[in-house]
Formats: sequence, C-alpha cells, structure tokens
Amino acid sequence: MKAVAAAALTVAAATAFTWFLLRAESQGAIALLIALAVVAGVALTRVNLPADAPESLTQGLAIAGVAVLAMLLREDDFSLLLITRILIVIVACLGLTVQFGYAGVVNFAGASFLGVGGYTAAVLSRATALPHLLILFCGGAAAALAGTVLLLPVLRTKGHYAALVTVAFALLFRTFLEVNDTLGGPQGLKPRELAIGPLHFNDPVQFGPFEGSFYLRYVALALVLLALAFAFVQRLERSFIGIALDAVRLDEIAAATFGLDIARWKIAAFTLGNFVIGVAGALSAFMIGFIAPNNYTFAESLIFVSILLLGGIGNPWGLSLATAIVILLPEKLQVIQEYRFLLFGAMVILILLFRPAGLVPRPLRRLAGPKP
Amino acid sequence: MSLSLLGQYVMNGAMLGMMYALVAVGFTLFFGVLDVIQFSHSDVLAAGAFAGLLAWAALTALGVASPLALLVAVLLAAVVATAVLGVLVGRYIVLPLKGAPQLNVLLATLMAGTVLRESIRLFYPGGSQPQMFPALLPTRGWDFGAFHLRIDNVILLAAGALMIAGTHLLITRTRLGLAIRAVAQDEETARTMGIDFRRVVLITFALGSALAAFAGVMDGLYYNEVFFGMGLLLGVIGFAAAVLGGLGNLYGAIVGGFLFAALQTIGAVALPFASAYKDVFAFGVVILLMAIRPTGLIGERASERV
Repeated sequence: MKAVAAAALTVAAATAFTWFLLRAESQGAIALLIALAVVAGVALTRVNLPADAPESLTQGLAIAGVAVLAMLLREDDFSLLLITRILIVIVACLGLTVQFGYAGVVNFAGASFLGVGGYTAAVLSRATALPHLLILFCGGAAAALAGTVLLLPVLRTKGHYAALVTVAFALLFRTFLEVNDTLGGPQGLKPRELAIGPLHFNDPVQFGPFEGSFYLRYVALALVLLALAFAFVQRLERSFIGIALDAVRLDEIAAATFGLDIARWKIAAFTLGNFVIGVAGALSAFMIGFIAPNNYTFAESLIFVSILLLGGIGNPWGLSLATAIVILLPEKLQVIQEYRFLLFGAMVILILLFRPAGLVPRPLRRLAGPKP
Repeated sequence: MSLSLLGQYVMNGAMLGMMYALVAVGFTLFFGVLDVIQFSHSDVLAAGAFAGLLAWAALTALGVASPLALLVAVLLAAVVATAVLGVLVGRYIVLPLKGAPQLNVLLATLMAGTVLRESIRLFYPGGSQPQMFPALLPTRGWDFGAFHLRIDNVILLAAGALMIAGTHLLITRTRLGLAIRAVAQDEETARTMGIDFRRVVLITFALGSALAAFAGVMDGLYYNEVFFGMGLLLGVIGFAAAVLGGLGNLYGAIVGGFLFAALQTIGAVALPFASAYKDVFAFGVVILLMAIRPTGLIGERASERV
C-alpha cells in the first residue's frame, strides 16, 4: 500500500511539475523550477523509495498523468507539440534500447531509421490510399527492411568497427536524401494530413462545449503507441528473449557455449528495434507535417544515444526521464538557447565521468521471483 | 577522358587523401595506446585551424608581411593549440574513463568535440560564419592542357608526406616510439618495464593532435576557408579511413585515407548517374568492405583470448 501511494505521489508530483514548467513564462521561475527538480532528484537518490509498486499500476498512473497534463494544456499548441515530441522520441529510444541496452548491438543511425519511417509515411500517404494507421506500421516495416541491408556488416564486425558501419549508414542516408530529387532533395516532403477513420488529425478538437488544440489527437495517438511500445519492450525484457539478449550482450562466447545463437538474437534485436524506431518516425513525420534531410542528421542520432546513456542504459523509465530533460530544458530555458549544444555536451561529459550508470540505472534482474 | 583531366582528378584526390590520412593516423595512434576512439580529434583539428587564423590576424595587425614568417607562425600556433587540446582531452576525459565501456568513451569524446565546436562558433569573433583563410603559399602553377598543377598544392602534398614519414620514423626508430609501441602492445608489461604509461599516452595524444593541426591548416590553405564545423565530415571520414585500414595500424590509416579519397573521386567522375552521389557511393563501399573484412583491410589479429 505504501508503495502504491508513493508511486501515485511521484506521478502526481511529476505531472504538476511538468505543468508548472510548461506554463512558466519568466526565466527566473523556470530556473527556480529546475533548481527545485535538481534538489528533489538528489533527495530522491538519498532516500530509499519503496519501489515495488506493481509495474502495470505505475504505467497506468504515468499514462493518466500525461493525459491529465494534455487536458490541462488543451489550448496551448506549443506545449502539446513538445509533449508529443517527447512521447515520440521515447518510443524511438525504446527501439534503440532493445538494440543497445539488451542485445548490445550498436546503432549510431537511430535518426536515419527514424527518417526511413518518416519518408515511407510521406511517400505512401501521398502516392497511395492506404489507411494511415497501416502506413504507420509500414514505416516501421520499411525501417526494419532498411536495417537488413546492414545486417551482414553489423553481425560480422565488433566494437568500433560495428560503430563505423552505422555511422557510415547515417551519413550515407543523409547525403542520399539531400541529392535525391524524387524524395524532394533538401526541401523535403510533406506527408498528407493524418486521418484515421473519420478522425482528421489537423482539425481542432471539439466535443460540445469542450474545445482544444488539434495536437490533442496527436498526443493521444502517441500515448497509445508509447504504451504499446513500453509494454512490448518490458515484456520482451522479462521473457526468455530478454534473458537471451542480456547473455549475448554480456558475453558472446559464454552465451554461445550455452547454445544461444548469437547471430539470430542480434538480428532479432536489431530488426525489432528498427521497426519500433520506424513507427515513431512515421508518426513524427505526420505530426510535423513536413520532413527534410536536416531532421535526420548524425547529430540527431547522437542525441538519441546520449538519451540512452543519460537515462541509464536498458531502463525504459530512465530514458523517459532523460528524453523529457533533453527536449524540455533547451526549449524552456531561453537564456541558454544559444549555448544549448555547448551545455548539453558538457552535461553529458560530466554524467559519463561522475555517474556513468546514468540517472536511473537499470535494476538487476531478479531471477528468483518476487520477494517474499 | 583526356590524360590531363585524369591528372587533375588524381591530384585533387591525392590532396583529399593526404588530409584524410593525416587525420586517420591520429585516430589510429590513439587507438593503439589506449584502445579508444578519440572522437573529438576532428574538432581539435578545427580549433587548430582557427588558432592558426588567429595567429595570422594578430601578426598582420602587428605589420608582419613576410608570407614565410606568417606561415611558420600559423603552423606553430595550430600545432601548439591542438597538442594542448589533445593532451587536455586525453588527461581529463579519456584517461579517467579508462576501463569504462567503449560506448561511454566514444560518447564522451564526441561530446568534447561538440563543446569545442560550439566554443569556436560562439566565442571566436564571427565564428558562426565561414572565415577566409589567407593564401600563404605561392599560387602560381604550370598548365598541362586541362591540368593545372599549382605550386601550393605540390608543397602541401610533399609536406603532408613528410609529416607522415616523420611520424613513421618516430614510431619505429626512436626510444619514444619504442615506448609507444610497447604501451600499444601490452600496457601492463610496458609498465613493469618502467615506462611511464600516462606520460606516453599523453605524448601520443599531443603527437596525433599535432598531425591534425597540420591537416587543418592544409584544409584551410586548400579551400581558402575555415568553418567551425569543418571537423565534422573530416572527422567521420578520418575515422572511417582508420577503421577501414584496420585500427592501430599506421599503414592501414594511410591506405584507408587514400582509399576513401579515391572512392569519392571515382564516385564523382566515373559513376554513370549524378556525381552528387559520390559520398553515398563512398560510404556504401565502406559498409561493403566492412562486411568483407570486418577488422579492416590490414586487420588486427582476429583471435580472441577467452
């Protein structure tokens, strides 16, 4: 019971805090809020929270928290846009977690796979009459398919050599988009307006007296996708697949001697991860309503990897927190706008030096079942 | 294609290849002693080029006009700046992370590069715009049909070759080089033989970074322009060249650098479709080559101790 109360309290506090942060206008107030969050964060690491609330409850509360937040901000387009972006980036980073965090397959081309999903969505929505919900998943499938091109070199190489393969792909993809005229070149493409059934996503929301920004629909859809991806990744981790992936990451030779097929698990993780990233990319393309090669740079991929490390690699909650920090901080703290990359770089270096396991390290797997 | 045009392409490719090779040699030296990729290498390079530019601006303001004196000052400033930056990165970012996962080191140095790049953009006067780099070498040349051979390019090429040859001699013929090779081969044994590990690592960082300074000045003299983000592509290509050749191998880095330049040139000249795809082509071939030779062209030994 104590655990449930603590979880509810945490989610409520986080929701309230995000609301204050998103609504805060003056730089002083924002700085104060951030200082408060830092103090609270440090305090949280000092006390032992009863962290054993049932996972499904915590997830439900978190979803409710985001929904409440979106309702409170229903007419604030910019805040809703930020929330949707955070949700979508979390989905993409969940995909990367399967690759980096579980199977240990490096992927420095996260933004490129996001781009494959986005461009697929744009092209399919313009050229075909496929239902848009299906197109979202086509985006994922296309990203997974694009990933198969890299399978052979990724499987054969290790460490820095594998990193090079994905780095080369990231640059190749970006250059390809820039020079390819059928995909719009540097000007990019506009996907058609997202419509699922009778719902047109770019019309303002109106139910009787209730009015809201059109972003509310995107928040809802992103939230559904995030819930699905989150549940999927967590189930994956807990299943025998997760154990196999951990074994492959921690020691390939030991895993192989226990009869695990290294190549198979790496392929599975890489492809699944790219699928999730691709779906996120498709949704984000619809939401932005305009995509260009500049959205999918190598630097963007690096931000995704930083989010993973910042959050604590392999921990979905940690990366959610890290995503929110990485996206919200520079947007709200206008003073640092000009210096945001500089400060971001310095922050990541400091975290790597002094808290290398990330903000919320992944807990150890408890194979013995629940505590008595 | 006429022979003279071919000559022009070969010359341009050779210039690019020399720059890539200089950067790649740095990557491979760092990897040799510490088994890490120092990804801020290319931004150290950019900082070096800007330090050289600053020295030029300061001296011209003081009324120095001799191109030779200016060139020496530019090179000196660039080399000192990069060597110091390289040592700082090695001392405060790479060495403390010794023993951390490879990914952490990679990311930390990438971010160090971001910090350097942004610092140039924000704090160098007008740093967010490309800056004109002075032509300090004679630009006259000889014409062979369509092939225009410029003196400055010949000098740059020869100087680059000398630098690489010098590094090679240093590594293979001197006591310092012996220490570097010993550390690269086996850190613990090297330590027990009385080699100061930290000192050797930091000297290697200074040495590799100084090579980058030369590549940076070369880039500036060749394009007559430096840019805060100039290290970005140069770094990735240098990294690709070092890995393609086989990390830790000096010859591999050189081969990789020239191979990448050759691929770009071939992509620009010989591809039947648009030459705009030259980088797509070059990176595509890199991925293919990695699939065929997963530990580089002149590979490390692939056996693994269990």
